[in-house]
Amino acid sequence: MKVLVPVKRVIDYNIKPRVKADGSGVETAGVKMSMNPFDEIAVEEAVRLKEKGVVSEIIAVSIGEAKAQDTLRTAMAMGADRSILVETDVVTEPLAVAKVLKALVEKEKPELIILGKQAIDDDMNATGQMLAGLLDRPQATFASKVEVADGAVTVTREIDGGSQTVKLALPAIITADLRLNEPRYASLPNIMKARKKPMEKITPADLGVDMTPRLSVISVSEPAERKAGVKLDSAAELVSRLRNEAKVI
Amino acid sequence: MTVLVYLDHEGGVIRQASRSAITAATRLGDVDVLVTGPDAAAAAKSAAAIPGVKKVFAVTDTTGNSELAEPVAALLAQLAGGYTHILAASSATAKNVLPRAAALLDVQPIPDIVAINDAETFVRPIYAGSALATVKSADAKKVITVRASAFDPAPAEGGSATIEEIALPAGPGGSTFVATELSKSERPELESARVVVSGGNGMLNEENFKLLEPLADRLGAAIGASRAAVDKGFVSNEYQVGQTGKIVAPELYIAMGISGQIQHLAGMKDSKVIVAINKDPEAPIFQVADYGIVGDLFTILPQLEAELDKAG
Ligand SMILES: Cc1cc2nc3c(=O)[nH]c(=O)nc-3n(C[C@H](O)[C@H](O)[C@H](O)COP(=O)(O)OP(=O)(O)OC[C@H]3O[C@@H](n4cnc5c(N)ncnc54)[C@H](O)[C@@H]3O)c2cc1C
Ligand SMILES: Nc1ncnc2c1ncn2[C@@H]1O[C@H](COP(=O)(O)O)[C@@H](O)[C@H]1O
Repeated sequence: MKVLVPVKRVIDYNIKPRVKADGSGVETAGVKMSMNPFDEIAVEEAVRLKEKGVVSEIIAVSIGEAKAQDTLRTAMAMGADRSILVETDVVTEPLAVAKVLKALVEKEKPELIILGKQAIDDDMNATGQMLAGLLDRPQATFASKVEVADGAVTVTREIDGGSQTVKLALPAIITADLRLNEPRYASLPNIMKARKKPMEKITPADLGVDMTPRLSVISVSEPAERKAGVKLDSAAELVSRLRNEAKVI
Repeated sequence: MTVLVYLDHEGGVIRQASRSAITAATRLGDVDVLVTGPDAAAAAKSAAAIPGVKKVFAVTDTTGNSELAEPVAALLAQLAGGYTHILAASSATAKNVLPRAAALLDVQPIPDIVAINDAETFVRPIYAGSALATVKSADAKKVITVRASAFDPAPAEGGSATIEEIALPAGPGGSTFVATELSKSERPELESARVVVSGGNGMLNEENFKLLEPLADRLGAAIGASRAAVDKGFVSNEYQVGQTGKIVAPELYIAMGISGQIQHLAGMKDSKVIVAINKDPEAPIFQVADYGIVGDLFTILPQLEAELDKAG
């Protein structure tokens, strides 16, 4: 069976984002960009399913600027077989991304779509659920364990009070949480091989999708900075300060 | 304007975070609410008592279907006709259901709002809280999750709403609820606790992590953890505080052996008072801590307990 894995290019998670001086957004020029960490987990899961013989082909998709090619190459170096770049300069909102993905799902007919649970730039945590809604297919978000057998997938999900297990008929949509797996690093030979793997380039218009964002950004600002407080010498002093100064115990 | 709020409850008691969502909703208009689950009847009573709530829709369901996103999202989309805004507290349940409902309504959701400027303009954190975005929605309906720590919870008593039982629509076949495993704890809930004691990688292992319990007992605290502590199996996933875990803002947050990476800070930096105990004087957690002690937590922990016993 085929798996589709959407991957987003975001500011590397080790970099502290800086708000632009004019308050129009976050500075991305000259900043190190990487694959969204949750999407690495999604790709890894797809690759493991392929290694187990459950999956025959992995297609990575990215919607964004031309540079999202780098992210697709990374996905292919990790083990995706081919990729599709849907090129747009517009900020990609989950609703529009879900519409693009829906069109691609209808074309490619994958039986499983594995997304990250959340993009660490917009922190939306929405695209997978929205795609499932648009396709009217079952969903399992925040997956920490995935097992495919007999035309169904059993997923353990992280929820607020513990965990939950659901069983979905295929085709289905899964979003990956942190503890699903530990993604591999792409080896040098695999990075070289990935250069030769096919990458198709299309536009949202080719798929008939309007990318116009529904949310307009009025401003982006820095949150109030917390100031570093005092370093104390003993537990006794800490308890005394918490009691008498901060009055929280 | 009328607002529908999807409430989380535990055993029929509306969760505090959902009462914060009601506070946010009352700023937007008249408030109706929806409760689902096997004890929806009890939850409906509890919801009807919250001041500001006009009407409660209750779905009593013992099949497990109300645990699934597919039918609940379909129900929200069905009910949406009469409302300008659909809200819920940002819980794992809401994050599972609301975006799906938004897709059915052709709406771009607005997750995790921390402020309401007007009926279509909201403030939300992005980049793990490194920035705050003010966004204006062009959608006719707004689908919103509310960061509970940013809104005071509505009182639990004093209201008298009407209750209407309704039925859950069939979802797309193909999704089956198998089981839920909830970890039992006598401690206060992490997201609404007045004090949180969290442990990180510095706790070293599962056994040592338990050393936080006597301290938490003395403070009536909930226990939290960094991702490193969860990944290494010291505690299970529901303890994780951070960008991708729970967001907490207690009166007092004590970080034990946590370095303070941005993804962790995202979940606790709005706490009123932050205490950090860490052996590395350069640990970033000290940049946000009101009080810090540089030292070995295994030495300091028993001293803290002794001091609390002394004066307490
Ligand atoms: C996509 C993504 C999402 C993430 N989401 C989250 C999240 O939601 N929550 C989260 O917490 N992290 C999250 N992380 C991980 C985060 O980046 C850090 O790796 C993590 O928070 C580190 O946990 P830690 O501070 O416990 O461990 P470490 O960074 O290893 O720090 C351990 C600290 O303990 C101190 N220490 C060790 N021994 C002692 C001792 N005996 N006494 C005193 N101090 C001691 C050390 O000095 C050190 O500062 C996420 C990462 C990614 C990529
Ligand atoms: N522009 C994009 N291109 C490819 N995948 C995306 C894009 N935006 C979101 N996704 C996918 O959707 C997941 C959740 O993103 P979000 O809903 O924005 O938090 C990500 O982890 C990706 O798998």
